[in-house]
Amino acid sequence: MSETQTQSFSIDALRAGDRAEFARLVDAYSAPIYRLGLKMLGNPQDAEDVLQNTFLNALTHFADFEGRSSISTWLYRIASNEALMLLRRKKNTVNLDDFQPEDAEETPLPEVFVDWSTMPEDELLSGESKKALDTAVKKLPEALRMVFLLRDIEGISIRDTAEILNLTETNVKTRLLRARMFLREHLSTYYSERLTREEKKDG
Amino acid sequence: MADHLHNNCQDLLGSLSEYIDGELPADLCHEIEKHLEGCENCRVVLNTTKRTIDLVQVPMEEEAVPEDVRERLFKRLQLDSYLHPKG
Repeated sequence: MSETQTQSFSIDALRAGDRAEFARLVDAYSAPIYRLGLKMLGNPQDAEDVLQNTFLNALTHFADFEGRSSISTWLYRIASNEALMLLRRKKNTVNLDDFQPEDAEETPLPEVFVDWSTMPEDELLSGESKKALDTAVKKLPEALRMVFLLRDIEGISIRDTAEILNLTETNVKTRLLRARMFLREHLSTYYSERLTREEKKDG
Repeated sequence: MADHLHNNCQDLLGSLSEYIDGELPADLCHEIEKHLEGCENCRVVLNTTKRTIDLVQVPMEEEAVPEDVRERLFKRLQLDSYLHPKG
């Protein structure tokens, strides 16, 4: 969880057009919103568009903000909508992910049972490993990726994630479980191949 | 390999996320822990899932907002005069 979520902002000042307060809000939320854009769209140009559009949008809609949710939830909702809209606009080809039933009843069962969790930290965090993890995150179907990013990367609660994405808490839980299982499976395949490779090298 | 999984494993899998996040009632946790004692595959799935979550939470360097991105953002929002100092 970032320190962003513990800062507070004056809604009245923002509504009244207080530039200093707005600048403070922009600095507090730029990093998580840019990160969300990067992970959803996969490139810095699009992440920058998400970032700019989110705050431009916020700026014109402060008057509509009713304070029923927190400013953080409100901003994340704008940002996730911007990211999803951009993603849809950019898709020229039909993506197989679109045909996956998002909340079908069964979560795929695990298939790789290699316990790599006790591997040394420096091996788990090597450049190559980070790349494998990044690739796995990119492969997550969008609907799962968004939930996973908000919950596991940004540390937002199930309840707030549901509010941001306009989903039920049950849907969020299902998607989160599926995203985690998907990533676990990918990482397990990657690390088990690596362990086999190293055993061969040592033997 | 998934054919070894019996009903208990599937039940555990369904509650795995909530178990990891500490959101399950104590009696359910107890049931899960009892099952884990006797099921190595489920222990592996639990350990590797926990580790997966740990790993994604290690922030990556390139994810900070680059200075030029911040500058363009502030200009676009007509916040030029607030560019410096940061924060």
